[in-house]
Amino acid sequence: MTIYVNEKLDAKGLACPMPIVKTKKQMENMQPGEVIEVQATDEGSLADLQAWAGKSGHQYIGTNRENGVLFHYLRKSSGEENTEHSFEPIVDNEALKQKLQEDIQLVDVREEAEYAFSHIPGAVSAPLGELDAKMEELDKDKPVYVVCRTGTRSDLAAQKLSDAAFKEVFNVVPGMSSWDGETEGR
Amino acid sequence: MAVTAWTPAETAAKVMNEEKVFILDVRNEDAFQDWKIESEHFEYLNIPYFDMLDGVEDVVEQLPKDKDILVVCAKVGSSEMVADMLSDEGLDVAYLEGGMKAWSEHLEPVKVGDIPGGALYQFLRLGKGCLSYMAVSNGEAVVIDAVRMTDTFEAFAQKQGAVIKHVLDTHLHADHISGGRMLAENTGASYWLPPKDAGEVTFRYEPLEDEQTIAFGETEVAVHAVYSPGHTIGSTSFIMNQQYLFSGDILFVDSIGRPDLAGKAEDWVADLRNTLYQTYASLSKDLIVLPAHFMNMSEIGDDHTVKAELGELFKKNHGLNMEDEEAFRRTVTENLPPQPNSHEEIRQTNMGKITPEEEKQREMEIGPNRCAVQQ
Repeated sequence: MTIYVNEKLDAKGLACPMPIVKTKKQMENMQPGEVIEVQATDEGSLADLQAWAGKSGHQYIGTNRENGVLFHYLRKSSGEENTEHSFEPIVDNEALKQKLQEDIQLVDVREEAEYAFSHIPGAVSAPLGELDAKMEELDKDKPVYVVCRTGTRSDLAAQKLSDAAFKEVFNVVPGMSSWDGETEGR
Repeated sequence: MAVTAWTPAETAAKVMNEEKVFILDVRNEDAFQDWKIESEHFEYLNIPYFDMLDGVEDVVEQLPKDKDILVVCAKVGSSEMVADMLSDEGLDVAYLEGGMKAWSEHLEPVKVGDIPGGALYQFLRLGKGCLSYMAVSNGEAVVIDAVRMTDTFEAFAQKQGAVIKHVLDTHLHADHISGGRMLAENTGASYWLPPKDAGEVTFRYEPLEDEQTIAFGETEVAVHAVYSPGHTIGSTSFIMNQQYLFSGDILFVDSIGRPDLAGKAEDWVADLRNTLYQTYASLSKDLIVLPAHFMNMSEIGDDHTVKAELGELFKKNHGLNMEDEEAFRRTVTENLPPQPNSHEEIRQTNMGKITPEEEKQREMEIGPNRCAVQQ
């Protein structure tokens, strides 16, 4: 399965340190929040990319392995942890867990790669940038719960949905970064 | 300034000669925590290479001016890069050729002593703490607990003008991949394994029974098998020339074996106790114990070998001096160190059930040895 990403980097056949050197360089030219797919064959690139991402503030999303090639997904740091949430009402993860039993719509507005590796069962994927198009598929009269990693992108998305005449919209905070309920994904 | 490459052999010489070296290890922190080039005379600094991509000015301040500096990474690429960067800042530094991968495969041969018609050698795998042996007598050689780097044994035998006749494993190893089968295949030697450990092996072997004698070279140097279960159910020790006791993973210089690698800790405690406190106790105290592993560099003696007289060990080794059986049982079954990396896959490989590619085999063996109980 192909995952939509903003940029790709072919680091196949390159030995350490080149996969990370090249990833770092390419990410410097990306916009905050954008996702890169790094293809590598060096086994060590997995542990090193994870450790490097953790230190440099980028988000390590996950790695797929296919025919001896590692497909790493990283999202450029966007500083979203520090942003305040302006949309009301807000619900927490526990409240969402209760609501999952009911007839609600759960919209996950993270990037496709993030959704692909782990999401709440039943969540609809609608990356923030594609929300306008995805909105068509949603029911304006049913409650909508919007989730992302930390509550920031979902804050923007919830406002958009509300502006588009969705009647009951809730922003889930913090969201997937501390979700301890059921998930599915690769 | 100049960048030089140190081979694993040159690095091993620094370790053996107790020289002072400053190691700048540029692998990620988990890898460094897991294992490194050990020496009581080395100093260490761990900064992952990916923290130095924007420059090494801050690092230079943390490096000594009066010591050899060796930059180390997993394979070699990152250490070369960092060494070049440090050189641009005006430092003389070295990097380890082949990185920790090559280090984990380096074998350092050291002569243990003369035997009739030849000599006995110990091969120290410094990067992992494995010990292998080759005895040469009248142009015939026996190899005990060969590790995966069989080329080294073949080349060494050739240099001695010897033909490898027998390859023996004290037990089915779970902490490293045995080279025994491959070495026997390459040289036409017989491969001997304790049958109780070999129930599931997929290849032909010669069964090493208790009291079996394996002759080579001069008559009196023959190897005598002593059944000594406890680490595994088949664990067998060897006595050579009435002088040397190859103890496998049953008894080490500073510690004793642990019985749980196959998940049988409780079952095998009594065997281990009996082997150490009955079988070994009845052997001549003058025997020189030659184990299959060492855990600390301090176990390497002034002659660069790892060995000890059995009598000495009965005096000093804590594991041989626990009168209370219950305390012994607790020690060998509780609070054990983590199991070696990939130990189950390694057992499967040593049984011939799986045949991973060389790169995969390297990866399975990466990390420290953890098969002893130490106090």
